[in-house]
Formats: sequence, structure tokens, C-alpha cells
Amino acid sequence: MSDDSETKPPVTMPAGPVCPIPISDYPKVQLAHGGGGRLSQILIEEMFAKTFDNPELDIMHDGAVLGVGGERLAFSTDSFVISPYFFPGGDIGSLAVHGTVNDVAMCGARPLAISCGLILEEGLPMEDLWRIIQSIQRAADEVGVHVVTGDTKVVDKGKGDGIYINTTGLGLIPDGIDISPTAAQVGDQVLVSGEIAVHGIAIMSIREGLEFETQLESDSAALYPLVAAILETGGDAVRVMRDPTRGGVASALNEIAGQSNVGFRLDEQKIPISEEVRGACEILGFDPLYVANEGKCLAIVGPERAESVLAAMRSQPLGEHAAIIGEVVEDHPGRVYLRSQIGGMRVVDMLSGEQLPRIC
Amino acid sequence: MKYVDEYRGESEAQRFVQAIEATVTRPWSLMEVCGGQTHTLIKSGIDRMLPSQVTLVHGPGCPVCVTPLELIDRAIAIARRPEVIFTSFGDMLRVPGSHADLLSAKSEGADVRMVYSPLDAVTLAQQNPDQQVVFFAVGFETTAPANAMAVHQAAHQGVNNFSILTSHVLVPPAMEALLSSPDNLVQGFLAAGHVCAIMGFWEYEPLAEKYKVPIVVTGFEPLDLLQGIYMTLEALEEERWGVENQYARLVVREGNQPAQNLMSQVFEICDRKWRGIGEVPMSGYRLKEKFERFDAEKRFDVGDIDAQEAPECIAGEILVGVKKPHECSAFGTKCTPERPLGAPMVSAEGACAAYFQYGRGE
Repeated sequence: MSDDSETKPPVTMPAGPVCPIPISDYPKVQLAHGGGGRLSQILIEEMFAKTFDNPELDIMHDGAVLGVGGERLAFSTDSFVISPYFFPGGDIGSLAVHGTVNDVAMCGARPLAISCGLILEEGLPMEDLWRIIQSIQRAADEVGVHVVTGDTKVVDKGKGDGIYINTTGLGLIPDGIDISPTAAQVGDQVLVSGEIAVHGIAIMSIREGLEFETQLESDSAALYPLVAAILETGGDAVRVMRDPTRGGVASALNEIAGQSNVGFRLDEQKIPISEEVRGACEILGFDPLYVANEGKCLAIVGPERAESVLAAMRSQPLGEHAAIIGEVVEDHPGRVYLRSQIGGMRVVDMLSGEQLPRIC
Repeated sequence: MKYVDEYRGESEAQRFVQAIEATVTRPWSLMEVCGGQTHTLIKSGIDRMLPSQVTLVHGPGCPVCVTPLELIDRAIAIARRPEVIFTSFGDMLRVPGSHADLLSAKSEGADVRMVYSPLDAVTLAQQNPDQQVVFFAVGFETTAPANAMAVHQAAHQGVNNFSILTSHVLVPPAMEALLSSPDNLVQGFLAAGHVCAIMGFWEYEPLAEKYKVPIVVTGFEPLDLLQGIYMTLEALEEERWGVENQYARLVVREGNQPAQNLMSQVFEICDRKWRGIGEVPMSGYRLKEKFERFDAEKRFDVGDIDAQEAPECIAGEILVGVKKPHECSAFGTKCTPERPLGAPMVSAEGACAAYFQYGRGE
């Protein structure tokens, strides 16, 4: 790669005061800035949130909540750059629908409509595009949303990974539901809707050509039916919901711990993880708590309704393996602790970047 | 999960803790040699379950941590060459050199790829005959057989665009360096089970005899470590020394002979510099003359790159167990996993990273 910056005229900056860049540690964007861990968090908090500063954004939830004519709308956007774009258990199209409607659902909202922005790489087989478009429509049908607007751009060959998709979703929050990442209270129970870390390990095994005895499939799914069951049973005892995508359960709970200023105590024994995923994590030296999910939901629920919400989750196809994995505690606000399988205690911190497989 | 849960039982762990409490009558310092063991100890909370008389000293067995700074700088210099595809295990990618790490070289356009085996790098070389594929071959005796196999196969199949940048290190000379130091505080060792799976444990017998220390070959699961600690403490309390084998389900005294044969065909013992510790005589492997053409340092002529450590970093004292990570003034402030000053804060096996990630500095 050549560095021709010296031969080009300098870029003219617009007139007016220029603020110093708030991220001083890295002169260039690293992959880990998009990894969902601490580097992502620093980028969002220091550069984006401080610049865009407004009350709706400051809540820092999976989506924003907008008051419009007496109704509350949930509004969320997400971009999908997954490679390969077809994977066991789904494809970039279904994922783009699920990811965004799930973010909307985590605000307690019923998804209404989504947009679909496509960035296509020159040379993408038309057959692949057709499969993906059909998959988007199928996923939207399953959730009961329409794709109501869209955009298409094509970039030069070599400048994209075949296809990138951005989707934005709108949803309506019913009266009496008030989900907020700041709402967790001491004594609340932490529920997870099923076996964790499936998506991340499934994608990794296909991307890196790792072969396991059974082919893992991504858990990518639309969570709204499950969320509706949680809200119906839990009502106002449901304080926080979050779909632990990039950065996994550990990052999601760390964020909530910070936003609600409470501590979490998890019990390793109770966290549902399939044998296949555990095995893969053991081999790679990964902690499943940091691995991405695409069809799982965390719910922080008041103790009086936790058992009934658990039962409601388990009655749903997506919540069969739901479990109570920990509780909100007064100690160590902002921190997540875990009781290990052998009974020791440790902190579950935010990860700085993506997990990297170890040498030995 | 089979073959995992058996070694993580809570009631069995409690039984070992009680047995240890009943055995210990005075203070003892034990060193777990391997960074993988350090992480299990802290991740599962064993360090906080033991009686206060037992001090665990974290040893130098973190391959990423002891790889010399100048070698990382050389790796980055090689990776930046346009004809090179630079391959490495994942956890080397974030280790800071003097000015950058391999991931930031990647963000500036270097072709840096993570692989799971050095043999994948050989395959990559076959698939890209017009490129030079270099594998960053670091680690202890554990990773040496696979690296030897990669070079052996490249030679056998005539894959001439493959080479390795190597800094292999060996455990027994490092243990001897620790034991012979006047500052040594370590009274008993948990030897690294996977190193012994390759090399056996006969090499440790003269060390145990000469320095009158118990050395227990120990595995990596929580119950392995608790049992290894118990066996070491029992020997210390009974004033016994010698080598015992906790990890008998994998380790035999002579080790893995085919692996050793392959290593001795490809590598020879040499003096090696350890990051944070310095030069240790006869403590590493280099390629034998017959395989010198696969040596990336010679192929790319980067041998003259010299490097400077961050002055605040006390990795050397951490790696020999003289200090604990949170006793460093930079720990958690100037030095974090996002902005590491030294390798122990980066690696999945580094003691500083373990203390930071699992909240032991608090």
C-alpha cells in the first residue's frame, strides 16, 4: 500500500472552530472499535454521544423512544456486514430484519415497519441477491412488519463484502410498559431466554473453517412474540430488556449495571449453554459470556414476577431453555460478579475488543 | 460436559480446600508456572478460596508475555512488506511492540491474518505462490511440535514461500534461573501439564534434587489445580522434595516421543532473550542450519531492529513473581487492556490481564 498523502494538496477544512478529536488513543479506527466491547463503548460515548447529545440518545438503549401525539414510538437502526452472507441458521437478510425488530422489541414495543438500505458490491451474483431479498420478506412476514422504504447503492468491486444491509425499525410501545436501561433495582432477577453464545460460535466455525461433530446453526430469530409474552406476564415488573448481540451477555449486563448504577451477581452453573458451544469455547479459549447472540433476550424482572415470567418464557418456542441466571445486588454498583462453577467469585468485566483465540 | 464438568465439581473443590486447610501449618509460596493456570486460578476464584498462609506466585509461562519486544517490532516490519502475508495465533496480534501492534499494522494496510495452526499458514503459502507467507512461531515446548511439523512439511513439499519468525522458549532453564536467583521466594512449583505432555517430566528431577523443591506436574482445570496445590503443600509440610505427577491422565515421565523426535530434527537449543527477564542461557529453540532457509529473520533481513521497553512497565518483576500486577503503579491507570504498556496486560494468559479482567486489583 502506498502513502501518497504528501503529494496531494491538503484537505480544506470548513471555516469555524475545530474541536480536537475526542479519541486520542488510536489515530486510526481498529476492528475492535466495532466489536461491541470497551473500545466500541469509548467510541460511542466519547465521540458520538457527546457530539449528538440529546435527551432521547442519552438514554443509550437499544433504540430511542420518541413521544409523538400521545403515543410512544421506539426507533432503532442497525447495519449488517456479516461474512459469509449465507450461514447455517440464516443469512444477512433474515439477520437484518431480526436484528432491528429485536432492538425495537427491547424497548417494549410492537414492531410496525422497517426500512431496508442495501449497499451492493459490483459483481454480486443476482441469484444471491434474490435469495437475500426473499429472505428479508419471509422474516418480515414472520414478525408482521412491512418493508416500507429502502435505498440501493452499488460500490466498486473489492470495496464491499458482496452485500451490506442497513435496516431501521419503528415500533409502538403499549401503555403501562416502561422499559429503561436505568430501571434495574436491587433484588431484581436476571433472566435469559435460552442457550447463549450460539450465533457467534456458529459464524466463527463456518468463517474459520472449524469443524465440530455437529453443525451449529445461528440462533437468529425475531424475539417479539417472546417479548410480548414477557410483558404480558411481567407488566411493570419488567424493568430492562436487552438482546445481547455483539459483546454477549457480559457486555450487555455491564452496560445495564453502569446505567442503573447497581451490581449484578450471576451464577455460572445456571447459565444455559449447549454442549456444542461449550466445547467450542473450551477449545478456542473463549468465554461464552462474551460471544454474540442473535435470538436471545435478557430480562431484568422484579422478584415478585420473576418465576411467572420464567414460566411464560418457557412456554414460548424461543424460550424453552430460559433460566434465571442471577440477581441485582446493592454491592459493587456498576460491576458484574459471577460465582464460578466451583464456588469462587470473580468479576465479569467488559472486554476491550474481540476475543482472540489463544496460543495454547 | 464430559471431561470438563468432572474437573469442576463444587463439592470436590470444597473437599480439596478443606484438605489444604488441614495440611497447612505455616506460610508457603507456590508458583504456577503457566499463564493458563494463572487464569484458571483467578477465573474460578481459587486464589480466594485458599488459606491466607498460601501465596500463589504467578510464573513466566505466558508465551505472548516473554516474546522479546524487538521480535514483535520485527514481526511488524515484516508484516508491512507488500509481498508478505503475516500469520499468527490470535493473542499475539494485540501485543504492543515499541510503537504499534500487529492489529494496527493491519489497519494501516498490512496483510495480517489469524490462523489456528501453523499448518494453515503452510496451506496459505501453497494457495498464494506469489506471496511470502510468514508464521509467528512463538511459545513454549507445547507449540514447538506443530511449528516443527509446519517447517518439516514445507521442506518436504517444497513450499519455499513459507517461513517462520521464531522465538521458542523452554521451561526448565527458566525455572533454574528463578531458583538460582538470590531473590527467589518460591518454595514449590506447579509445573505446566501441557509442556510435560510433550517433554515428560524427567528434566525436572535434577532441578527438584538440586534445589530441594517439590515440583508437581499439574493440569489446567480447577480441580487439577486444587489437587496440584494440595500435593505441593503436603510435600512441603512433610519436608519432601522431588517430582510428582498430578496430571497422570495425560502426562508420562518420558513425554511424547514422536513429537520430541520431530522437534529435534528441526530445532536446536540456543540462548534466548525473554521479555522482562533477559537473556537465559540455553533456554530456547532456533531452526537447525538445514532449515535455516525457513527463518523469516534471515529471509527479510530485519535482525538489526532494536527496541525500547516502556520504562514504567514492571513486567519483568511480575513474570518472575517478585511483584503482583496490582502492585504496579501503572496497573489499571496508564496500563489497561485497551492501552497496554506490557505484554502481560494483553495476553489471555498474562497475569496483569487476569487481575484486571477478573477484578483482582480492587
